[in-house]
Amino acid sequence: MTALVAQVAAPSRILNLARPGELSLAIAPDLVLCGGAMLLLLYAAWRPESVAHQRRVGVGAMAVALATLVAVVLVSFLGWSSSGGPVAVDGFRWASDVIFLLAAIVAIGLAMDYNAREGITAPESHVLILFATVGMMIMAAARDLMVLFLGIETMSVAVYVLVGMNRRSARSAEGALKYFLLGAFSTAFLLYGIALVYGATGSTNLSVIGGRISALSLLESPMLLVGVALLFVGFGFKVAAAPFHMWAPDVYEGAPTPITAWMAAAVKAAAFAAFLRLLIEAFGHLYMAWHDALWWLAAITMFVGNLVALQQRNLKRMLAYSSIGHTGFLLVAATSATPQAAGAFLFYLLAYTLATMGAFAVIMALGSGEQPRENVEDFHGLWNERPGLAVAMTVFMLAMLGFPIFGGMGFFAKWYVLQAALDAVAPQTRLAVMLVLATTISAGYYLHVVMVMFMKPRPEMAPPLPAPGQMARAVIVATVVLLLAFGVFPDPAVRWARSGTQLVPAMPAAAAIPAPAGQ
Amino acid sequence: MPQSPGLFYQVHFYLFGLLAIASALAFVTRKSPVAAALWLVSVMFNLAALYVMMDAHFVGAIQVLVYAGAIMVVFLFVVMLLNLGHPDELSDIRGRWGRLAAGGVGLALLAQIMVLARTRFAPELQVPANPVFGGPPDRGAVGTVAQPLFTEHLLAFELTSILLLAAIVGAVAIGKRRTAP
Repeated sequence: MTALVAQVAAPSRILNLARPGELSLAIAPDLVLCGGAMLLLLYAAWRPESVAHQRRVGVGAMAVALATLVAVVLVSFLGWSSSGGPVAVDGFRWASDVIFLLAAIVAIGLAMDYNAREGITAPESHVLILFATVGMMIMAAARDLMVLFLGIETMSVAVYVLVGMNRRSARSAEGALKYFLLGAFSTAFLLYGIALVYGATGSTNLSVIGGRISALSLLESPMLLVGVALLFVGFGFKVAAAPFHMWAPDVYEGAPTPITAWMAAAVKAAAFAAFLRLLIEAFGHLYMAWHDALWWLAAITMFVGNLVALQQRNLKRMLAYSSIGHTGFLLVAATSATPQAAGAFLFYLLAYTLATMGAFAVIMALGSGEQPRENVEDFHGLWNERPGLAVAMTVFMLAMLGFPIFGGMGFFAKWYVLQAALDAVAPQTRLAVMLVLATTISAGYYLHVVMVMFMKPRPEMAPPLPAPGQMARAVIVATVVLLLAFGVFPDPAVRWARSGTQLVPAMPAAAAIPAPAGQ
Repeated sequence: MPQSPGLFYQVHFYLFGLLAIASALAFVTRKSPVAAALWLVSVMFNLAALYVMMDAHFVGAIQVLVYAGAIMVVFLFVVMLLNLGHPDELSDIRGRWGRLAAGGVGLALLAQIMVLARTRFAPELQVPANPVFGGPPDRGAVGTVAQPLFTEHLLAFELTSILLLAAIVGAVAIGKRRTAP
């Protein structure tokens, strides 16, 4: 027994994933989450549905996610690595998992309040969030196209259901159906791309694909290039990059607000993490082939998202378009395709996750069962009625804008992405200029929300606002504190993001780039 | 697949390929859901034939069993349940002669199976012990598929069960009848 413990705890051990025992060690945190979710499912079905039972299951789900978070942090300190095999054991995976689990905990907390308010008694909703998180963790880990696909599907299936969870709302059903149909459509693209890449390289393993592309000189292979193009379309849908973003506003508006917040943050983050690993580990040698496609995707997405967001009156729609804009900013990091860009990407994702979840929590706190209060007019004069919420919303808006000091870590997030873009092998100077321009456009709607909260009078005859639920209040306070704290002391977050740069690049040149100063 | 496919191979490739495409077109253009579903069965069968031509006998057999068999039966079942209000659309077999012909074909197939089951074949015509893949004789076609499934792709295999569990829980959560609180 002690020998086993000593063997497990040996530092920087290289796991041989061909052996089932060591494979289980490599996916230990995922197993914790899976097992916890299944036990919780049993408990959820054990008792008749009620609001109180839904709350109990929610608390259980938060505990399971927290236990998994502890497991992830413990495993990440062990410094394991792996060679080959279906899953990666590296810092990028653990750093992404932290984001997914934080987002899941926040989303479950918000959903507990929301379900109680809207009379949704289904305890399965919390369990489904956990299952989707399993899928996300698998996506961040997958080093095999089949495992990647199964992770994407596990996540997507759970999210389709969660979007339609509010069955008394026609918009929710509409959003769920749209998301389901378009999701299935994009999955078909993804699967076809995987099949063609397998046909061209004879493997589904990312590192083997990367090796064969250079060994067999497949740079010009039409089958491989078409496969990569189809994978781009599939991932374009999943991360809601323009011109594949059409589903996002309707789905984000229709879904229950906690689920919208979680989709905008975690679902997008998971798709991005998988995409980035695919680009760097498998298609690094093809950089010249996909660079232009990703460049245009990033440029179009930044401007479409931010320009259309200017015209939105409904805040959920506005944040949906703003999240499309943020997709563009993250694509700038992806276009750089260096391990340093992966670090900037993780830092941006953390800031964006905190700000998005906080902003949606404020929207949720203002609404009540009959009155959703999602329009900009509902925020007029919020400072006079609920000063705390108004200040919190201001921090979230400024963080998304990337404003220094008051926007907390949002400023550093944009700064690191810019730095990664300019320090890349092929410096993305024009993309960096476009990023700054698009950010300037986004000030138009972020600052508008801030302005109406403080400077417009509260409309006469406006019914009094409901008191925010306990969980919503806790989430808002926690996200504001974290955003501001990391804005003043970004060192812990930077160190965490840097631990995520241990990807295995297929492109040896990328590893030789010096780390950007200041990171 | 042979290095330079012969004429025999090419003819069959184009035959099944064109049939699959034509069936797929018919599938998306038919108005009646039952007819569309049956065209989809035809697509599945032609794809199975293409798999067999690529020496993927196991995939071909699974294609027929799972897609053309199980999934399409469930599909037709749902379509017919949804159509309960329109009994005239339930069946494509109309009139007495149609029914008689269908019954006759069914009896003929039954007779064929019974005759084949009782016939003794010459040894040259009998299938060798391991006809497919030419793997080690003790494992057979299923063994050749199972070996990588439970070693190299063990994780993917196990993940599939999580995916199915999530799908079932989701379907129940959406479909369950709930009393208003």
